Amino acid sequence: MEHILIKILGAIATFILAFIVGMTYGGVVRKITARVHNRLGPPFYQNFIDALKLFSKKTAIHHGVMHFLGPAFLMVSSVVSLMFVPVLIPGGDSWYNSWFSNMIYDGDLIFLIYIMVFGSLGMALGAGQTGNPNSSIGITRGLSQMVGYEIPWVLALVSLMLMYKTTSIVDFINVQQETGTWLMFANPFAFIAGLFALMGMFHYSPFDIIGAPAELASGPVSENGGKFLFTMMSSGSVFSFVKLTLFVDIFMGGASNLVVLVIKTFTLYMIPVLYGIVSHRYRTEQAVTFFWKWPLFFGLLAVLYAVL
Amino acid sequence: MYNDKNSQKIVDIIQNYARKHSLWVLAYGTGCGAIEIAPTMTSRYDAERLGIRGAATPRQADVLLITGYLTVKTVKRVVRVYEQMQDPKYVIGFGSCTINGGMYYDSYNTINLLDRYLPVDVYINGCMPRPEAVIQGFVKLQELISQGKANGAAKYKENLEWYKANQKKIAPKWFERAPEYNW
Repeated sequence: MEHILIKILGAIATFILAFIVGMTYGGVVRKITARVHNRLGPPFYQNFIDALKLFSKKTAIHHGVMHFLGPAFLMVSSVVSLMFVPVLIPGGDSWYNSWFSNMIYDGDLIFLIYIMVFGSLGMALGAGQTGNPNSSIGITRGLSQMVGYEIPWVLALVSLMLMYKTTSIVDFINVQQETGTWLMFANPFAFIAGLFALMGMFHYSPFDIIGAPAELASGPVSENGGKFLFTMMSSGSVFSFVKLTLFVDIFMGGASNLVVLVIKTFTLYMIPVLYGIVSHRYRTEQAVTFFWKWPLFFGLLAVLYAVL
Repeated sequence: MYNDKNSQKIVDIIQNYARKHSLWVLAYGTGCGAIEIAPTMTSRYDAERLGIRGAATPRQADVLLITGYLTVKTVKRVVRVYEQMQDPKYVIGFGSCTINGGMYYDSYNTINLLDRYLPVDVYINGCMPRPEAVIQGFVKLQELISQGKANGAAKYKENLEWYKANQKKIAPKWFERAPEYNW
């Protein structure tokens, strides 16, 4: 009984951490974008204010059951994938380490590849029922782009699975602890392919074709306001934390305490953000063909490197 | 009658703080006024430092910014857009045209006073108002929100019949066929 209570409290603590870190990163990104534009920019806690405002708005939108379930699917997908990703190195020395070992021994990379797509598909169903043409176009674009970046992403992970004959994330962390080499150096091609895929996953420019406000009126979320948008915003923050942590776990040796985690994830996050600020937006077919050229090439190279 | 500063609870104060510092603007660019929105939002005047941000659709927006004159044709759409926004919502009338018709005061197809058709919280006068004036208008709206006085949406719901009658006067066929409230 006590064991289960600790697990539940740990899960809540992990969620709160992911929420706070994800939202703060979002605010810091807005600040950095503003500074690049030579503006003052909003304060770094602006996203929290926005979330509170969205939550305190009344919501009188009804488009059917699936429309209500769409944001819920997003949230479920984010939280479930958060539970299976090791936030800190298991068995590390910091006193709060046991809080974040949620269900990390029960899942593996193949499960995560599936569950990370689940939210987008649920959102696609929900946005499809709103009947807004912008939503439908946004979904088409999003799913096309997903077809693009999932292939290098899976190839990068498969190459690592072939290299170390395991699918467990904990095993990857342990390998890096034992050999002392991060996997981004042990298999650099997989890291490059994975990095391209990560840029696609974050939907910053040049891959922001889904929610392009000037073309599509923010795409799939165009019919959602108030509490719907709050749910999506918070699940998006949690999900970006999940993606960054997973990437740090697999390629950058995990993190032994929260400070290291924040430093590593923030450094990683800056790659898509800073590239996104100075770049234009691709069209859908340009984005897909981009992913099927160099990232795919590096992904295949990573698999070859792992096999040979 | 509407809640004032003295009747605010702690919850209201917190919510009003959030509402005040996070205004998502749907700029309805009807007239020439939309040209002043771009400099207000970009580097030189940078409205985002006050938490003012553009929203893409009426569902996500808090503030409806009517930039310029409204013809009978655009009033139909503006009313629909306003009713699709989620509470609490605010309207800013931008430029002389929304106050007294401006240079179109004697036009046969332009409305003269926006407040007869939609509840306006803040007017920004001028033709054109400069970005400083626009930001001043937003700051005024923020003050009203924090005092709990920006009650345009509640006013619209209470006096719905009056507003609807006014709307029907200018475009009878359209507004009689339209639903009573566009959700």
